[in-house]
Amino acid sequence: MRDLRTEEMTLNMGPQHPSTHGVLRLKLRTDGEVVTSIEPILGYLHRCFEKHAENLEYPGVVPFVDRCDYLASMNNDHGYAMAVEQLLGIEVPERVEYIRVIFAELQRIASHLVAFGTFGLDVGAFTPFLYAFREREKILDLFEMTCGARLLYNYIWVGGLSHDIPPGFVEKAYEFLEYFEPKIKEYNDLLTNNKIFIERTADVGVLPADVAINYGVTGPQLRASGVDWDLRRDEPYSIYDRFDWNVVTGVEDMGVLGDCWNRYYVKILEMQESARIIRQALDRLPVDGDVQAAVPRKIRPPEGALYFRSENPRGELGYYIVSDGGTKPFRVKMRSPALSNLGVIDEIGAGWLVADVVAILGSLDIVLGEIDR
Amino acid sequence: MQGLTHFFQHIGISSAFWSFFIATIIYGVFVFTFLALFALVAVYLERKVSGHMQDRLGPMRVGWHGLLQTVADTLKLLAKEDIIPRNADRLLFVLAPVVLFLGTYMVFAALPFGPGIIGSDLNVGLFYIIAVSSLVVIGIIMAGYSSNNKWSLYGGMRSAAQIISYEIPVGLSLIIGVMMSSSLHIGQMVQAQATGLWGLGGIFGWNFIQNPFAFIALFVYVVAGTAEANRTPFDLPEAESELVAGAFTEYSGMRWAFFFLAEYANMWVVGVLGAVVFLGGWNSPIPGDVYVPGFVWLFAKAFGIVFLQIWARWTFPRLRVDQLMVTSWKYLTPIAFFNLVGVGFWLLLI
Repeated sequence: MRDLRTEEMTLNMGPQHPSTHGVLRLKLRTDGEVVTSIEPILGYLHRCFEKHAENLEYPGVVPFVDRCDYLASMNNDHGYAMAVEQLLGIEVPERVEYIRVIFAELQRIASHLVAFGTFGLDVGAFTPFLYAFREREKILDLFEMTCGARLLYNYIWVGGLSHDIPPGFVEKAYEFLEYFEPKIKEYNDLLTNNKIFIERTADVGVLPADVAINYGVTGPQLRASGVDWDLRRDEPYSIYDRFDWNVVTGVEDMGVLGDCWNRYYVKILEMQESARIIRQALDRLPVDGDVQAAVPRKIRPPEGALYFRSENPRGELGYYIVSDGGTKPFRVKMRSPALSNLGVIDEIGAGWLVADVVAILGSLDIVLGEIDR
Repeated sequence: MQGLTHFFQHIGISSAFWSFFIATIIYGVFVFTFLALFALVAVYLERKVSGHMQDRLGPMRVGWHGLLQTVADTLKLLAKEDIIPRNADRLLFVLAPVVLFLGTYMVFAALPFGPGIIGSDLNVGLFYIIAVSSLVVIGIIMAGYSSNNKWSLYGGMRSAAQIISYEIPVGLSLIIGVMMSSSLHIGQMVQAQATGLWGLGGIFGWNFIQNPFAFIALFVYVVAGTAEANRTPFDLPEAESELVAGAFTEYSGMRWAFFFLAEYANMWVVGVLGAVVFLGGWNSPIPGDVYVPGFVWLFAKAFGIVFLQIWARWTFPRLRVDQLMVTSWKYLTPIAFFNLVGVGFWLLLI
């Protein structure tokens, strides 16, 4: 009998696909359902962030920073504001620092909730997604009562904040924590410890620590591989060194380190740690202080350049800002964590089935707004 | 349907063929209407159940508590443009929903709605149902192939592997019911469960409670039946987060509605078969003479199993394609075989 000719099939996943988390296109080469190589094709959401930034005054860049990682706008604002403050050499009041940390951590919880929910969707569980959005809604309500916006805040300004927290915010925030912390057990019951979920995610798409470091993978994705590295602790910025919390790393409960289950579970535990930080920050929040006291009237940093990095929900968010002494930055380069995290997909996704590629992509927790900028 | 045939003969249509013919058409229309109505109810149920499970209300706007939402959706589907992709295999593309729906529809010829309400009272009714329902897979493969879409092709291939694998545990579990009732005739199977081995009547006569093997077989049946009906956690042929909509990606409007209808009809078939073979069919669960029409019990039991499928869908993640095979071949099929042997010995020795 004549041998049958076989060849690999190129499968185009996205940019319109339910599980690419935005307008990402993956070019898969498949042998049956086994994926032999993955090539991410980017740029469908490119909005010229860096060019825009060169043509705007320093405070004007903040709304654009919001739009990069639209699930973690507060963290982006926070990083950018701190970078420019360092460039200017100004200190911000205590109260501002506390409020910033509270909002950054609330945003981290909100972002991880989306990651948790959409990861459930990726492996076919619909219900966790709605549970996650139910909780996220309460966080967005807190943001809304403070600055009026629910997605793109422009809240953390260089030198301060756009608004002080409104009366009743602290009580509502405590209320949220009381409500939220027991919910994590519910997530674990529903998804984390589900046998099918474990089968789908444990030992799948294993990212060894050395590969993760080589590719510049950061954030929960790196910690899931067992690397104990968190900028909030190891290179403390803002006032993170004042709180008592733990850096979460992967565990070998269900599978090996660095598998999809670990990348997922680290985020669940990080929500708990963020809640701890928020609680402490609320306890110690200074009562008085003008949140706009340190906001400069004209931002004109001295000539020079600076790289500042902070821990975004997705990893290490870096800003490289070059100042020529004018009111507009000469250059703003953003190191987006999701882009580096996505880079590893071919390394860890090749050899798995199409369904696993969806799970691996979901566990990397990418946001296309930030990848394409 | 025999009753209908006799009725037409009685009112003066002397030819046996014509009275049978008219009765067939009337019954066929009745089944189709029932299916459409069932789909309406089941979709509404699915939306409401999922809504309340997910801490939301489900449809609330169209009609009282959204009762007319599915009606509105059906009208929308009817009015939608009929799209056939340019490079599709037109004949197969058009035929696929017909074949798929036919596979499900033919099952209803021998599926009871209550005592005596059955299209064709075959003496091998159960065998016929199992045989005919296999046609569904051909429809899905046709849809997957003819759409000329790689995602659809994956869906079609997955469904072929899945349905063939899961027919075996389903069949083996149903055979246990056949062994216990010593008949393939649906009416006789139900009759045998009226009193059962202990002679107590009521729920104690039902097959699933007669011996431990039948009890396990009910679970195997429900799990494998869910897979046969392509429902989560076994909805791999459509797997919306992986394959967009799998074999049905390119379908829209009424053609898609037929796939949808067939899915819900399949759920109903799984429910009714489970009720007939394991749960006493239209027998009352209460021993003694409580008069409730038989179809009420049958419907209640079938809806119970349908609800179970809906419940599972909104709780579980989806299995991967290889895990699906493992579940069938390494767990369900051996357990079903073990049950078969166990029931055999049980019936022989006790």
